[in-house]
Amino acid sequence: MNQSQSTKWMSNGEAGLAAFFSATAFLCLIAAAKALDTAFAFHATLGAAASLWAVFAIFNRYFERPFSLPPQEIKGRPNYYLGPIKFAAAISVFWGIAGFAVGLLIASQLAWPALNFDLPWTSFGRLRPLHTSAVVFAFGGNVLIATSFYVVQKTCRVRLAGDLAPWFVVLGYNFFILVAGTGYLLGVTQSKEYAEPEWYADLWLTIVWVTYLLVFLMTLIKRKEPHIYVANWFYLAFIITIAVLHLGNNPAIPVSVFGSKSYILWGGVQDAMFQWWYGHNAVGFFLTAGFLAIMYYFIPKRAERPVYSYRLSIIHFWAIIFLYIWAGPHHLHYTALPDWAQTLGMTFSIMLWMPSWGGMINGLMTLSGAWDKLRTDPVLRMLVVSVAFYGMATFEGPLMSIKVVNSLSHYTDWTIGHVHSGALGWVGFVSFGALYCLIPWLWDRKGLYSLKLVNWHFWIATIGIVLYISAMWVSGILQGLMWRAYSSLGFLEYSFIESVEAMHPFYIIRAAGGALFLLGALVMAYNLWMTVRVGEVEVAAPMSGSSPVVLQPAE
Amino acid sequence: MSFWVRHKILEKNSIALVVGILAVIAIGGLVEITPLFYLKSTIEVVDGVRPYTPLELTGRNIYVREGCYLCHSQMIRPLRDEVERYGHYSLAAESMYDHPFQWGSKRTGPDLARVGAKYSDDWHVTHLTDPRAIVPQSVMPGYPFLAETEVDATTIADHLRTSRAVGVPYSDDQIANAVADLKAQADPDNDGVDGFTKRYPKAVVRNFDGKTGMPTEMDALIAYLQMLGTLVDFKLYNEKANLR
Repeated sequence: MNQSQSTKWMSNGEAGLAAFFSATAFLCLIAAAKALDTAFAFHATLGAAASLWAVFAIFNRYFERPFSLPPQEIKGRPNYYLGPIKFAAAISVFWGIAGFAVGLLIASQLAWPALNFDLPWTSFGRLRPLHTSAVVFAFGGNVLIATSFYVVQKTCRVRLAGDLAPWFVVLGYNFFILVAGTGYLLGVTQSKEYAEPEWYADLWLTIVWVTYLLVFLMTLIKRKEPHIYVANWFYLAFIITIAVLHLGNNPAIPVSVFGSKSYILWGGVQDAMFQWWYGHNAVGFFLTAGFLAIMYYFIPKRAERPVYSYRLSIIHFWAIIFLYIWAGPHHLHYTALPDWAQTLGMTFSIMLWMPSWGGMINGLMTLSGAWDKLRTDPVLRMLVVSVAFYGMATFEGPLMSIKVVNSLSHYTDWTIGHVHSGALGWVGFVSFGALYCLIPWLWDRKGLYSLKLVNWHFWIATIGIVLYISAMWVSGILQGLMWRAYSSLGFLEYSFIESVEAMHPFYIIRAAGGALFLLGALVMAYNLWMTVRVGEVEVAAPMSGSSPVVLQPAE
Repeated sequence: MSFWVRHKILEKNSIALVVGILAVIAIGGLVEITPLFYLKSTIEVVDGVRPYTPLELTGRNIYVREGCYLCHSQMIRPLRDEVERYGHYSLAAESMYDHPFQWGSKRTGPDLARVGAKYSDDWHVTHLTDPRAIVPQSVMPGYPFLAETEVDATTIADHLRTSRAVGVPYSDDQIANAVADLKAQADPDNDGVDGFTKRYPKAVVRNFDGKTGMPTEMDALIAYLQMLGTLVDFKLYNEKANLR
């Protein structure tokens, strides 16, 4: 493009991005010097360091790279862009383990409060957002970015759009995670659940996310396939809707541009509605649509069967994105939100059951004619069980959105159990399954290091989930019943603290379940590490992903 | 042309797909959120509800910072057991100056919407420092560091000014005297108490943490907790006023 035959030039992207990061480094240094609070000073310093590193990395890349930029095709075949995907896939495993570990810690804090250590940065209130953000945005987010960049290239049969942009998305997103996570520990939060990061982190995420959308969309636009594959519809809806939700929920005015604290534009009931419009659709689009895209690519690929029904996937797609957006008010039943809004939220939540199960059926029935593979392939089993958990969670969700049920379940551990049956069972397992497929593909390995270990992971994690969610069902319903219990004389039967005391055994069981889930993830990390380290290199596969699954015995 | 054939247009045109997605996801949010900005029940003004004093606002920011909302709701539902346990159900107006709202979603601990004036300041100091000293079965973390940390008064006027920018009706007078008011509310002997009480009628002036000197984060947090749910006098509140 902009390199002549005789001289090597920096590409526009390299020069522009180097200039951009020089500017951010300078601005961050000023911000660090003038910062009003230590957290802001720390983040500004981090920003300056990261910017300087980026400038260095860009120049380094320029000097190291050959004359021209990587070609779009090599010998008529797309030259797939895998570097950023490898990074995102690898770091998702790290974030997953970190997030599960913090989850185990806060679960233990609820059973044994001494574990709070009475220090600001180790108390439950600061660690809980760290846990949720680490598992949802750091683990889940990196899995989504990795798989979406992989799937969009393969199904469009072109190299990913952009030269440095995909790296900018991956590294920029993880920098956002770093700022958000350290911010929570330092007490920087706007207290909106799953949208806790403060204004400057939100601004940065906006830049990264728009770039993500552009990379994805430009890849779609230059595709070589006439049709856009169904998985890409879901990825696209996920990326677009998260952008809209992020902008709608987070408009805030900082107290000072040199301080971390801001006040959100929305207040009271309007803020509550915005928050749960955002919050429920973070579930609906981040944790559902995005991971359904994974289902629509990885299950057919692993089972070597086409998607069960093309028409069902069309209905599934439009119905689920249309209905999900309405469901937010079911988080606000019986509150000061007007009744009609609550009823709308409930009605649409119940309707959501249908497209959710339509999607589940589409995923499960893709195995028609390949059910026997469940016996021999634990990775496929993990993917299929994730879809079963999806079906369970999306039945439980509509049930809990019914106002009378919600009057019992709301504010209790039942909600926590429900979230985790979706998060551990659906999002966790479908991510693990995708990673077990993706890592050998990315590193050109014939197969995984050990399928036996996958089997171990599957069973350890499944037992963990069962312990977790059944403990939370019992404790949640018990809590709800104790709060509303009346004695024969018409007085409230229990004081609040008696309900807290009654939770103790269930909190221990829950922590044990979480420990098992973490253990399973450690087994996975070892397995994936060994796959990359010692796995047999696949030779001359026409398309690495399409080769038959190699059953490789452990040892 | 059948539906399935027509759908191919979207499958073959990425920009059309983007537009389709945007249109489909916009509807629900618009229908549910827009009316909340003009419906009577969501924008009603109820007697007694006022912006937070500088000390209370500081305390509220500590409440937010420490993630209290993750275990304590501030939203009493109109259910028999909740009204008996916690008090009158919460009104939209009671959180109209809350940026952000603190309704919460989980009750690992009890609801705090009306915790104000339920316990003594001493109780709160002991409980926040070491919850199990006063409630042995409690699983709440201890916050001993609050009593040792003085509040940062230097930026409080900016906090009020920013709150005004997002819609909280602080007066110029209140913003100008923010620092003095912050100190006066935690110190009954302070010269500024009269001015403070004029600017925030019925606000409580006490030495919340029992220690002299600059207000601590403990003062601020307790000042906030002690005013929660106390602003509206429900003997005078007419709940039929918003029925049409």
